Amino acid sequence: MERSSASMWRKLNSRYNLVGTECENCKTLYFPSRIVCKNCGRQTKMRDKTFKGTGEVYSFTKIHVPAEAFREDAPYTVAVIRLDEGPMVEGHIVESDKEVKIGTKVRQVFRKMLVEEEEGLIHYHFKFEPA
Amino acid sequence: MAEIIGYGVHVPHYRIKVEEIARVWSESAEGIKKGLNIREKSVPSHDEDAATIAVEAARRAVRHSGIDPKEIGAIYVGSESHPYAVKPTATIVSQAISAGHKLTAADLEFACKAGTAGMQMLMGMADSKMIKYGMTIGSDTSQGRPGDALEYTASAGGAAFIIGNDRKESIATILDTVSFTSDTPDFWRREGADFPSHGGRFTGEPAYFRHVISATKMLFEKTGLAPKDFKYAVFHQPNGKFPLVAAKQLGLSDEQMRDGLLTPIIGNTYSGASLLGLAAVLDKAVPGDKILVTSFGSGAGSDSFAIEATDGIEAKRARSDKVLDIVDNGKIYIDYAMYLKNRKGIRK
Ligand SMILES: [Zn+2]
Repeated sequence: MERSSASMWRKLNSRYNLVGTECENCKTLYFPSRIVCKNCGRQTKMRDKTFKGTGEVYSFTKIHVPAEAFREDAPYTVAVIRLDEGPMVEGHIVESDKEVKIGTKVRQVFRKMLVEEEEGLIHYHFKFEPA
Repeated sequence: MAEIIGYGVHVPHYRIKVEEIARVWSESAEGIKKGLNIREKSVPSHDEDAATIAVEAARRAVRHSGIDPKEIGAIYVGSESHPYAVKPTATIVSQAISAGHKLTAADLEFACKAGTAGMQMLMGMADSKMIKYGMTIGSDTSQGRPGDALEYTASAGGAAFIIGNDRKESIATILDTVSFTSDTPDFWRREGADFPSHGGRFTGEPAYFRHVISATKMLFEKTGLAPKDFKYAVFHQPNGKFPLVAAKQLGLSDEQMRDGLLTPIIGNTYSGASLLGLAAVLDKAVPGDKILVTSFGSGAGSDSFAIEATDGIEAKRARSDKVLDIVDNGKIYIDYAMYLKNRKGIRK
């Protein structure tokens, strides 16, 4: 995760909320956002689409040896979630002492993702919890 | 009149029992449970803070109210554990609930009563039509120094209330409010200090009881309402005992206090405490029920409110996540070592 203020600021909408896009031409949904629809090319008519934040676990893995930035979080679970509207999204599962399985229903929550060193920024992000 | 349009709360999943803390310090769990009237307290996860708790409560409040968050004209977040010293929690909430940019926002601090101070500010703004809707939040992840009596109660949680002025959207009307404020050194934390300091027994009589009782008596006088007129009463609850003692002195029964007293099962959520109690009572209130709420913040002051549930409360009830469900669902008990790890008391 990049640490500059500007890039954090540009992506807030898709980090705090599941805001992706919908092609109005063919109704295909995308998360993360796309500018050009895979089906429609030049006929693409994209608009923002906010997903409800509910879905189920499609696949998951428990991380015991994390990247340095997530040292204090380990062990934690990262999952691929199939949103109820269709798109797949990767996200952390909170409170990893709760076991998840493939098919576990989850809902979006708002948590800290990364805390920079003492004087830096706190990065907030959506994560998921068993519903 | 200022109207409550919706509300939402959040309480973390982790719990630690009084027995577990008492075990570490070789104290009598039974004595503490009885003395403080508390069984367990909530503990934030390592990735929760006052901002994430505020956001979860705010999102539930927006859902419950049924309003478009873009119509919120003011957001105030009261906390004594704002994650940044400079960078308002209220801005994070506004972005996370997609409230847009046409709004005023600020963080408030008045120990445990900043959330009700925000409610009073919004009453004036909604009444004067300066805003259509405003949101006030009380949210904290408070800490007690290890081994201090506060360690048994200092917990985490928050509540958000949406205030407006349209009776048709109301679930409850705020009939009136008064405050009692004084310069009292009962509890404080200097900039940069990890833990608060307090005046021991001095936190009782001249602080909590004087302010809660004075403000509540002033409210009775101003409104002409008497203790028996209220179906429910909610006081700030630093432990499970103080509010019941204050109630007795004011002529209120344990029965009136019961549904709004959450500290025995979640601890003292500081800025969240009286608002969480109000939310728990609104979960049950029926049209016409009158509710007394008196907050307390060290330093010190109390805000007292007379609130009456309106006909609209039933229609929105199905959309609300009930406080007791949020408290009960998904609880995870942890031991003192995990508690320290979550509170960053030990690190890798
Ligand atoms: Zn398309």
